[in-house]
Formats: sequence, structure tokens, C-alpha cells
Amino acid sequence: MATKPKLHYPNGRGRMESVRWVLAAAGVEFDEEFLETKEQLQKLQDGNHLLFQQVPMVEIDGMKLVQTRSILHYIAEKHHLFGKDLKERTLIDMYVEGTLDLLELIIMHPFLKPDDQQKEVVNMAQKAIIRYFPVFEKVLREHGQRFLVGNQLSLADVILLQTILALEEKIPNILSAFPHLQEFTVKISNIPTIKKFLEPGSKKKPPPDDIYVRTVYNIFMP
Amino acid sequence: MTTKPKLCYFRGRGRMESIRWLLAAAGVEFEEEFIETREQYEKLQKEGLLLFGQVPMVEIDGMVLTQTRAILSYLAAKYDSYGKDLKETVRINMYADGTLDLMMMIALAAFKPPEEKEENLTLIVKKAKTRYFPVFEKILNDRGEDFLVGNKFSWADIQLLEVILMVEELDASVLADFPLLKAFEARISNIPTIRKFLQPGSPRKLEAAPR
Repeated sequence: MATKPKLHYPNGRGRMESVRWVLAAAGVEFDEEFLETKEQLQKLQDGNHLLFQQVPMVEIDGMKLVQTRSILHYIAEKHHLFGKDLKERTLIDMYVEGTLDLLELIIMHPFLKPDDQQKEVVNMAQKAIIRYFPVFEKVLREHGQRFLVGNQLSLADVILLQTILALEEKIPNILSAFPHLQEFTVKISNIPTIKKFLEPGSKKKPPPDDIYVRTVYNIFMP
Repeated sequence: MTTKPKLCYFRGRGRMESIRWLLAAAGVEFEEEFIETREQYEKLQKEGLLLFGQVPMVEIDGMVLTQTRAILSYLAAKYDSYGKDLKETVRINMYADGTLDLMMMIALAAFKPPEEKEENLTLIVKKAKTRYFPVFEKILNDRGEDFLVGNKFSWADIQLLEVILMVEELDASVLADFPLLKAFEARISNIPTIRKFLQPGSPRKLEAAPR
């Protein structure tokens, strides 16, 4: 019997949330060991469990994987979420990289000075509406398919949905000018594995709060 | 006759340099269009060639690719530098991602105000010596092979050489405590395509990208 993957990260979204999304979308159950103290991080580092002394770290298939992108690529490849050939994979990769750039703004947001946070929400909204959403709206409009690439679910769809929902939490009407993305959001959310992940009781983490921010500072600040 | 790949970026290292390295190591000749004015940049955007309005951009095999990481993964796969199976690929990815993090720190240092620059570069050298180089020294030690993964030259080896040379530009003695990395540096630098890339007159850039 295969062991479940085990995720090592604080109890919150951060950089691990995309990994949770992809595992869930692939229908893979996983365990989590939550980092709560500096001592725990130290223990992982001293035990040589973290290649570059950093998390996220995922124990999977006898390996200890680090580097968010590497982890996502591994899971996507293993669970057929990376297209049918090199060209599709590269297209998925480009879309994912762009979306992760946008998601990065959301990840960093709770750690900005309170005075800068509101300004940053405006920046995120602008970037989403001007740089990223038009690209995906056009892709969906032009091929008329449910998924971004190759008419099947891929890493690109999962990460885009994650990012859209995270943005909607801050800017509820962010998709108002993008009808195809609205339809995309509904359709992808209704895929059974993803629908399950979106229900209460799943491993999906709530938006970052003060407790999460404080925990992260306690663990990672020198 | 196949067309040469065409790289579109500023005249400098920035995010394009790792791409130049990979192509050069694979012995692939390429052309470069250097963006020198705002008008040029806006023209590229208007032509719809930049997916998210950004460079690097590479025209290759009938595709217009952007996003550095996606371009590098494509090239690594195309030129058989990405491992023989998924387990090797993920190791190559992890090692490459680590070096890319370190290289990004160096690239960003160029934009720091002068009073912060020195402190920043010292910190980078420290990170190289405590967080990154020990990892690769250990891999070479544990495996006793010439290359990082699968006893075969891969994208990870190119990335590691690239970052070693970049850090040596900041501190020439940085490999003093890493004898296997020193030997690795010499060995990989002597691969004919790489030796050619390291000679004057190659597409290798010597300056960080201008603002």
C-alpha cells in the first residue's frame, strides 16, 4: 500500500496552497505536519530534510521534494495534469508561470505593512484585469473548450482557479468583465475532486489571518 | 533548413542569461533582438508576441515562448538535458530552482541603492557558501559522479556552473572550501560547447540587464 504524501509547512496557505490544490484535484489524499515553532524548522534543517533549508517540503514516493515549482511539476506529470506532449506541457507551463506571478502578490500581501496593504489590493486588481485575465479570457473564447489546454484538466486550470478564488475574496467583482472566466470558474469548481476540496472539512486553508502571520514571523525571522 | 531560435531581451544577463547558457551548451546557434527603446518594447507588446507583456521571449520551433522557467524546461527537454525519468527530472528541477533563486538575488542586487549594494553582495556570497554550495558539494561527494544527476550531463550542471561563475565574480575565493565544486567547475567549463561559450565574442553577456 502506497504511503500518502506528507506536506511540511505552517498551517496556512502560503506557497504550499498550490500543492494542496493540485493533489486534491488529482484525487490524492495527503497528510500534513504543521510547522509551528522555530525549533521544529531547526529540527528539519538539522536533520537534512530540507535541501535548501526551506519549506515547502513534500515527502512523496520516497523523496523529499522542495521548491514549489518542482513539486507542482512532479505532481502534475505523475497525475497526467501536464498535457499530452512537450508543446502542450510548455503552454501549460507558461500559463502556470504567469498565474504564479499574480499569486505571488496575494501570498506576500499579509506580510506588507498595514499602510501598504490597501494600495497593494489595487495593484493586484490592476495586474489581474490588465495583464493576466485578458490572456486567459482570449484563450477560452478562441477555442471554446472547457479547459485552458488540450481539452483536458491541467495544472494551468487548477492554479488559475486557485488564483481567481483568492482574488475574489479581496475583490468580489474582479471577473465582471470576463464572462468566459466566470464560466470557467463555475465549470472547474464543479469537477468532483475540486468540488470536494471546496467544501468545508477539506484540507483547503482559510485566508491568512493575524495568527498565521505571527506564526510565520516566529518560525522564519532570525 | 531550420530557422535559428531568436531571443528577445535587453542587452544584458537578467533573466535571459540562463537561456543563453542552455542553448550554447547544446551547441545551438541563436539570434538576438536587443530591446533598446521603449518604442521597441511597446511594438512587441502591440504585436501580441509577449503573452503577459513581458520578456524574456524566445521564438523557437514555430512557437513564441515567454516565462523564463517555461522556456528553460522546454529547452532542457528538447536537448535531452532533463533526465531519463520523472525522478531524475524532479531532482534536476530542484537543483535548477535553487540556483535560479541564488541568481535572482544577484540580478536584483544590481538595482539596489549604492549604499546597500555592498552589504547585499556580502549576504549573497554568504548564502552561496552556507545554503547552496554545501548542497551541491555533498551531492557530488555522495554520488562520486562527474555530473549532478544520473551520471549524465544535464541542465542542472549548466545552471550550477553558471551560478558558480557569477558568485566568483563577487568573491574569487568562494570555492576555497569546496574542492569537488572546484573540480566540477573545471570539468564542465571544458565541455567543448561550454568552453566556446566562455570565450570572448560569444553571446555570453557580462553585464546585468540595464534598468
